[in-house]
Amino acid sequence: MNILVCIKQVPDMESRFKVDAAGTWFEESDLAWRINEYDEFAIEQAVQLKEQLGDADLTVLSIGPARLKEALKKALAMGCDRAVHVVDAAAHEKDPFQIASSIAAFAKDKSFDVIFTGMQSQDRGSGQVAVLVGELLSIPSLTTAVEFALEGDTISVRRELEGGLKAVVKAKVPALVSCQLGLNTPRYPTLPNIMKAKRKELLEVPVADLLTEEARLETVSLAYPEKKGSALVLEGEVGDLVEKVIGILKEKTAVL
Amino acid sequence: MKALLVGEYREGKLLESSYELIGFAQTLGAEFELFLVGSTDQLPQVDGKLHLADVAAAGEFNPALHKQLVLDAAQKAGADTIVFLHSSYGWDLAPRVALALNAAQVSEVVEAAADGYLLPACNSKLRRTVKATTDRSVVTLQVGAFMAAEPGGTPQVEELSVAAGGNTEFGGYEQAEAGEVDLGKAEVIVSAGRGVGKPENVAMIEALAKALGGEYGASRPVVDAGWVPHDRQVGTTGQVVSPKLYVACGISGAIQHLAGMKKSEFVLAINTDKDAPIAEIADVLVVADIKQFAPALTAKLVG
Ligand SMILES: Cc1cc2nc3c(=O)[nH]c(=O)nc-3n(C[C@H](O)[C@H](O)[C@H](O)COP(=O)(O)OP(=O)(O)OC[C@H]3O[C@@H](n4cnc5c(N)ncnc54)[C@H](O)[C@@H]3O)c2cc1C
Repeated sequence: MNILVCIKQVPDMESRFKVDAAGTWFEESDLAWRINEYDEFAIEQAVQLKEQLGDADLTVLSIGPARLKEALKKALAMGCDRAVHVVDAAAHEKDPFQIASSIAAFAKDKSFDVIFTGMQSQDRGSGQVAVLVGELLSIPSLTTAVEFALEGDTISVRRELEGGLKAVVKAKVPALVSCQLGLNTPRYPTLPNIMKAKRKELLEVPVADLLTEEARLETVSLAYPEKKGSALVLEGEVGDLVEKVIGILKEKTAVL
Repeated sequence: MKALLVGEYREGKLLESSYELIGFAQTLGAEFELFLVGSTDQLPQVDGKLHLADVAAAGEFNPALHKQLVLDAAQKAGADTIVFLHSSYGWDLAPRVALALNAAQVSEVVEAAADGYLLPACNSKLRRTVKATTDRSVVTLQVGAFMAAEPGGTPQVEELSVAAGGNTEFGGYEQAEAGEVDLGKAEVIVSAGRGVGKPENVAMIEALAKALGGEYGASRPVVDAGWVPHDRQVGTTGQVVSPKLYVACGISGAIQHLAGMKKSEFVLAINTDKDAPIAEIADVLVVADIKQFAPALTAKLVG
């Protein structure tokens, strides 16, 4: 069986973001980068599926600049067999349709049986790429998976809905599955596996080889949200903070 | 703009959030028609045309078929904008419709501005303004971002014919198991977020909750990691609560968490990140390490 997992590298969300000079994206210097949280569940599920099947082949793909080699190496150390780096220094300027088109162009003649992705990215969060890839390849997409199983040629997924409700949904392979938080427990790469990963294949493909589509969305601007809240911000020494908070709770709430 | 609003229906009921779509169209002063896979005994109360596909034939989950039905309705309505909620139904269906129409999709809109739609980025720390360059577009709305329209009126129903189809199978729903606690009744809730660091530290959140005479809750990653049971999860995929006091400990304030607690009367947040989006709805943000602050506050309260 042939498995593909698509991942993205995103900045740490606890960073302090600075809008760039063009006013359409954030400055990338001084940011720590990591694998999109949702995609870690996708990698783990792909690796678990490979382990279940024994003789499966697992490719991890990501689109972006040179820095994402680090993310691909981690995915290899988690258990992917080979990595494909679609090199695009301006990936952040591409819209979800273009990203999905590039992935689909790569995947179309490789007969992947199962494609995993995260359900959305933490930075842009459009939640489109997974389903678009499935549609472009004319295979069923099962989104927002919090449980996954493959039996024979049938994928069975618990789709998470709102308020704790789940739906049981199935599709025959080939199919795409988008992964939600909590689907599994992503493993930490072990040192021996990190060493082994260094010898695994890391293929580079220029994005121009795959992408022929024009963007359908234009980013007009990126800015800080208008502050709606008026939180009183308290800083200082813990003892003083405790005193202040108790004072406020006594004054403003009926609980103390 | 001529909008087609895609309503939602689940477990035999029209979902209330469907009225937010109407609210959006009214805010923009847009002409609209509605689409629903539902039934005639659960019609949205609104004047105007409703393209209705019978749920008995189309099923509640069959994205490939629902896509075709939305496309049929969009054509009949002559719609240039197809509007969904950014919900488990909407984010699944919208890209399918967008691709079939060669249309751009704008996801999780929080506001419509003159130069485009405003969307959150980086856990709401940033806002993007985005516009479609295609003639037609597909839009999904952040749940809760647009005021729901008041129900009132009677739709003029146009039945859509439903052909068999689909490449997925629906095997029914599973309800979350009821747990030991009903957070909805608690007057004080102290919730642990990923910022608590490790499972052992949940105890200090529990202790603080006890000292304040309340219950403890959690954000999703803490529940997903198995540190706290699911019945204590606050948010869109957990409980919606409105206590007198909500204390968010090491919680960044993602929209899905806020949706579960923003109606709390008073919100105290403790976070090492001064820019954490929880500050948007908190009354007080204490910039501190929760591992130091929580035990100190508990000690003072019980001491
Ligand atoms: C469809 C969907 C449904 C979802 N449903 C829910 C839901 O029901 N409930 C929910 O909570 N989430 C839900 N989420 C997940 C949500 O998007 C966020 O990922 C989640 O809320 C983040 O939890 P957190 O704030 O605890 O963690 P993070 O976002 O990682 O934030 C941790 C915070 O802790 C702070 N911190 C770190 N160390 C310390 C310290 N020592 N002291 C104090 N502060 C510290 C950091 O500054 C940061 O702000 C859902 C997501 C999706 C896509």
